[in-house]
Amino acid sequence: MSFKSFSDFMPRQDILSFAVLALILLVVLPLSLDIFRLNLVGKYLTFAFVAVGLVLCWGYGGILSLGQGVFYGLGGYALAMFLKLESSDPESTRIQSTPGIPDFMDWNRITELPWFWEPFHSLTFTVIAIIVIPSLFAYLIGVAMFKRRVGGVYFAIITQAIAAIMTILIIGQQGYTGGVNGITDLRTLKGWDIRSDFASYVFYFLAVVLLFVCLFLAQYIRRSKLGRLLVAMRGQEDRVRFSGYDVANFKIFVFCVGASFAAIGGAMFTLQEGFMSPSFVGIVPSIEMVIFCAVGGRLSLVGAVYGALLVNFAKTVLGETFPELWLFAMGLLFIGVVMAFPNGLAGLYNSYVARYVDRLLDKVFGPQRSSDAYRPASSDTVPPAAPGLRQNSTSPTEGAIS
Amino acid sequence: MTAGSNTDFVLAVEGLTVSFDGFKAVNDLSFYVDENEIRVIIGPNGAGKTTVLDLICGRTRATAGSIKFRNQELTKLKEHDIVKAGVGRKFQNPSIYGDLTVFENLEISYPTGRSVFGALTFKRTDAVVQRIEEIADMIFLKDQLHTEAELLSHGQKQWLEIGMLLIQDPTLLMLDEPVAGMSVTERQQTAKLLRTITKDRSVIVIEHDMQFVAEIADRVTVLHQGRILAEGTAEKVKADPKVVEVYLGH
Repeated sequence: MSFKSFSDFMPRQDILSFAVLALILLVVLPLSLDIFRLNLVGKYLTFAFVAVGLVLCWGYGGILSLGQGVFYGLGGYALAMFLKLESSDPESTRIQSTPGIPDFMDWNRITELPWFWEPFHSLTFTVIAIIVIPSLFAYLIGVAMFKRRVGGVYFAIITQAIAAIMTILIIGQQGYTGGVNGITDLRTLKGWDIRSDFASYVFYFLAVVLLFVCLFLAQYIRRSKLGRLLVAMRGQEDRVRFSGYDVANFKIFVFCVGASFAAIGGAMFTLQEGFMSPSFVGIVPSIEMVIFCAVGGRLSLVGAVYGALLVNFAKTVLGETFPELWLFAMGLLFIGVVMAFPNGLAGLYNSYVARYVDRLLDKVFGPQRSSDAYRPASSDTVPPAAPGLRQNSTSPTEGAIS
Repeated sequence: MTAGSNTDFVLAVEGLTVSFDGFKAVNDLSFYVDENEIRVIIGPNGAGKTTVLDLICGRTRATAGSIKFRNQELTKLKEHDIVKAGVGRKFQNPSIYGDLTVFENLEISYPTGRSVFGALTFKRTDAVVQRIEEIADMIFLKDQLHTEAELLSHGQKQWLEIGMLLIQDPTLLMLDEPVAGMSVTERQQTAKLLRTITKDRSVIVIEHDMQFVAEIADRVTVLHQGRILAEGTAEKVKADPKVVEVYLGH
């Protein structure tokens, strides 16, 4: 443990925000929503995983990935492959010309299970693959980009291109991937019906628990020296390099962490919705994921969760009523947030509410023991103005991706 | 690339050349820095002063020539390995981490936990805190440890960056215009600071202010168009007619 005390790891305001989020997700929502709505929230939460990863990558590290959908998809597809194989036993697929392989393969006249599908018969392999494959892919991208000092806008564009390539690949290789429909009709997990109401409850709570695991991991990284290094690199990469750090390694690390969080989110999506499709992999969903993070506040882990919940909720409500308008609304929202509230909802909270909460906490628990003597008392609750507004970057949008 | 000879010098630069699209910013440059020497590099704009520091610290790669630091060839090392070998460099514009506090700025520069795993498990021990306070005292920022570095004055930022180098305890310290933009009092304080920190290490300073140069320099190297124009004590260099013509005259 690299912290002297628990309050170094979690200052008072962080404990409060984690606790409030836990209360909402574990008590308030399950008690007040029916299972259909709760399942929707569970689906939104899968995007919160991505948003939390983006807080580390983008908010802290300044690495804007417009291709997080790729990792979300890889995680989701890995689990979908396992579930699909389970529901494609020879008995239930006996009407196919080749029984025992997924239905879409049969439709595409494939007569043998492709080699890369074979290991997905094993649940253990699948669970490991959900984390390892996306992390490995992120590692390869990271090495190729960051070791060559590709960054900023160029990195964002390349990740976006990778998202596009991935979608095209999945859609094009219909026989191996299920094509544009994705992998559908997933029914059981080790013989257990994943479509029952009870399963939905279980998966919802599983998603919440895993999200908190990710949140605590992210909090650990954020509060460690590595977190401060990321902030340092964001503005003065050369200074960090000439202080004896191999800057690329830190970027690769945080990019891999972001990718694995996204992959867990993707897998939880598959589990809760019973399918995975390329529509969660491409450019548009990847950009949406960045918007969740921006709206919630790219420097706030908990904020990113609220961002994912609120934007997705708005998407469901508005998207159902005005489907054509939704994309425009989303674009406006992104521009508006980046221009006017670069720190998102969390920034608003910190500027206007946090100090009252702090005073209240002072009254209840007494003044905060100076857990971190080398930060001004309020500086953790009032994060620095957005990097976008600093002198290092000339415009908010540029700051957002530099 | 020439092999470069082994010497007793801390730094031996031999035949160093760098060309940017045919333009030779540094041209067949050779100079040697002794243990505990303060070397000042002066010269008109575009003489290649900053480029020389860039070459030593690995920011720019040499086209030809050799840079030996305690007989270790630097031209092929990565930037962070050059730092680990014991070379510290201050940039011309103060490069500090504005979003972090003075304490955190110094802490990041503290030379342990430089790998990913090391940074994740780095612990703020009493030894670290003590060392940071010691350095902060030296650079006149002891009362500012909690301040976000962005809020410091220009001069304080310069000191902070010097402090960030000091905490690494480099054998060779390179300072690019450390007193640029400072007030007279700050300048005097900096001269005093430089004299204390230059004990037990070699220092290369780029500076324009001749009075300041005379005050601190053991030896002065005058660069002009990527070549050495003159070298020697401050008085000798000041009296050199060639130096007066290209640099001091106007």
